[in-house]
Amino acid sequence: METPEQIRDRLLARFPDATVTVVANPGPAAQHSLLVDPARAVEIATFLRDDPALRLDFCSNVTGLDWPEREVVETIRKTVPLSPATGAADASPASPAVESATPIVEEKVKRLQPGYLEVVYHLYSMALKHGPVILRLRTGNRTDQVSLPSLTPVWRSCEFQEREVFDLFGVAFRGHPDLRRILMWDEFRDHPMRKDYAEPDDYEWEPTPHETVLAKARAHYSSPAPDAPAAQSP
Amino acid sequence: MMPEPPLSRDPAPVARTPGGALAPDLPPAGPHLRQVPDSFHGDLLEVSMGPHHPSTHGVFRMVVTLDGETIVKLKPVFGYLHRNHEKLGENTTYLASMPYTDRLDYLNSMTNNWAYALAVEKLAGLTVPERAEYLRIILAELSRLLNHTCLAGFLLHDCGTSGTPLMYAFRERERILDLFESLSGSRMMCNFQRFGGCRTDASPEWLEAARRLVDGYGRFLDEFEALITGNEIVMARLQGSGILRPDLATSAGVTGPMLRASGVNYDLRRVDGYGLYPRCDFRIPLGNHGDTYDRYMIRVLEMRESIKILRQALRDIPAGPVLDPKTKLRGFRPKPGEAYGRIEGPKGEIGFYLVSDGSPNPYRYRVRPPSFINLTILEDLCLGHTVADAVIILGSVDIVLGEVDR
Amino acid sequence: MSDAAAPIPPEPAPRAQPAPAGGPHPPAISSAERDELRRQGILLTSLEELYNWGRSNSVWPLQFGLACCAIEMIAASMARFDIARFGSEVFRPSPRQADLLIVSGTVTKKMAPQVVRLWNQMPEPKYCIAMGACAISGGPFKQGYNVLKGIDRFIPVDIYIPGCPPRPEALLHGLIALQKKIRGQTLSGPAAPRHLRAETACTYPVPAFGEHDLLPPKNPAVWQPPSLERTD
Repeated sequence: METPEQIRDRLLARFPDATVTVVANPGPAAQHSLLVDPARAVEIATFLRDDPALRLDFCSNVTGLDWPEREVVETIRKTVPLSPATGAADASPASPAVESATPIVEEKVKRLQPGYLEVVYHLYSMALKHGPVILRLRTGNRTDQVSLPSLTPVWRSCEFQEREVFDLFGVAFRGHPDLRRILMWDEFRDHPMRKDYAEPDDYEWEPTPHETVLAKARAHYSSPAPDAPAAQSP
Repeated sequence: MMPEPPLSRDPAPVARTPGGALAPDLPPAGPHLRQVPDSFHGDLLEVSMGPHHPSTHGVFRMVVTLDGETIVKLKPVFGYLHRNHEKLGENTTYLASMPYTDRLDYLNSMTNNWAYALAVEKLAGLTVPERAEYLRIILAELSRLLNHTCLAGFLLHDCGTSGTPLMYAFRERERILDLFESLSGSRMMCNFQRFGGCRTDASPEWLEAARRLVDGYGRFLDEFEALITGNEIVMARLQGSGILRPDLATSAGVTGPMLRASGVNYDLRRVDGYGLYPRCDFRIPLGNHGDTYDRYMIRVLEMRESIKILRQALRDIPAGPVLDPKTKLRGFRPKPGEAYGRIEGPKGEIGFYLVSDGSPNPYRYRVRPPSFINLTILEDLCLGHTVADAVIILGSVDIVLGEVDR
Repeated sequence: MSDAAAPIPPEPAPRAQPAPAGGPHPPAISSAERDELRRQGILLTSLEELYNWGRSNSVWPLQFGLACCAIEMIAASMARFDIARFGSEVFRPSPRQADLLIVSGTVTKKMAPQVVRLWNQMPEPKYCIAMGACAISGGPFKQGYNVLKGIDRFIPVDIYIPGCPPRPEALLHGLIALQKKIRGQTLSGPAAPRHLRAETACTYPVPAFGEHDLLPPKNPAVWQPPSLERTD
């Protein structure tokens, strides 16, 4: 089967205005994936399904992922000029040190990397018995731009799995035939698999609480809570 | 268009054309019934079958819209057993999630354990000793025997046999559970596989007991089949209902015996060749029609192939360790990355997608549930059939709610 | 009653406290004398014993399985463990015909209203067994946004069977304990069972689906969290 780079090149040749990048998978599994922009996702998916060399007719798994925004600390190495005549300060991150006459200052800059929701599709071929080819689609952010095109018209197996991603993560799939909650009840408001979901507080009674459960149960105990839960039994 | 029916005071029962509006050109059922034009509808009736229903295999709900007895719409509703297994996976370590995988497809805990262990071994790049691979094959095929036997029993219970084949099926299941219990300590929730092998070794007595069970299983299957497979009631009810086309099965991601009953040759034991299955000699039964009877027969034939695999594995299992002594079980932190590992479970492809960020807990822990995805086409299979057939079609899909809802 | 072929009821549990007011005192006959009479073909019993004996030896469960424990419940009704010999001959599919609700498996918040509705539909006298850790308190899935932390938050439970899953023998042990409990019930007075007391409610309130949790999350009339008492 072709490597992800070869697939990417063929996709870019076929859809020149699409954005397809290879996301390398650092672990030993080496299952690299293709990040596809949502605008051309359905066409790319149809191409992958019908292409005679790939024939990826089986969408095995649709997963949602939540990447909340996080602070990224980057170290920028700046050379500080000793005198104004020798030249301007070079502020590029990996600039090599100039002669030891100019000292290098390392500055830590905090950057807020915006969060997004991601949907990962694992594609296999039943006709040619190869795979997986992994597609990734990312939303704009986690708050208002949470819409992605649905790949249910391409592979029917996405129908329930995309509904589950909608239910648990909140990604709205455009073009899905029946987008409703599937695992939680319809009146439920939150999206539980997100990293910032707060569970409802129903830990009134725990026989041997510790750590986070003790912290939750402490709010409900009428008598003084045990101080060191490891030492005593309640 | 149908001709206007003659007015008469004939008290003979009226029948719609069989298949209703979906197949108006089928011949009428019997000369004593008069045809009713399709424009005569009557009100449609919406029935909620479940979540508490004797035949829905757990807390599964089907909202069926009926036109008389014929199903015109079917919407499955689940989530009644959603126990947030994936959220728990994010909050526990890799090893602590292993007992939770027992409770996914709670009939076959050994195969769930293996699928998870395989995914983590892919994620962390671990190798498994040969004896452990053989032991895994033995346990997985015993699990397959157990599952298919129970499925045959439950399917016939759905047909209305009121429990007798189920008693025979559970009698055999108890024999296999005795083996599981003596090896792993628990009948159902075995928690037996570890990352890099199995938890404990199987003694020679256990292997001998397994051989005796496998040798006797063929006779039980013959006895079962003699009563069931050629039974004309079973054939009349199961044949022709719930036909699944192979292209729809592929597109809908159906895997397992249900897919092979439609004629698609896709068995992960051959395609992926995980474990030491490439050394085993077995055939893949394929169905011709894709109806409920084919799904039942494929499972019976797969049981016979499993017996073959078990004989080979029990004969060839080498001596050696089942877990590398230097394997790190506590403080297990795989490198950042992701992996998707899958095996051919008795119900279909069960896979685990794990994303690691270097910490002891997975960042994302996803189960690919075969029963959940096999239910995608339940509506397509049941349209035009009666409610009684819907129960049997659901029985042949072979769902377990612990897996559907996780 | 004197009939040599009459079935022999089990020995009544010896009562230390005096018989409750409102009924005639049972005759002061020792159990040795009772045995002797029985050997001669004379059966002496009280209405209470007979009533309880009939009720306890034919407890018909509802065919109600939620999760993994349901498979062990089915195994308990199969040929090896055979719950039928304890009187639970048939598992009734309809709640109107069942005496016992064995809650076997995790009760999720989505399923909880249906469980309470089924409980309401069962006629009195009815009993509830919480089988498995999940039905007792949420079990291994306790840290769950959709898991009800024990079915006793909404309906009264008579017997708790721990285990994950409990073996079929454990379910039989729980059933025998329930039978003992039924046999020990007095027919009048404050300790009488629910269906003989006029003040007990007929229906238990069914929780509704809220935006984040069930409404109400528990039934205070049925369940109160135990308070911790420090002994030092």
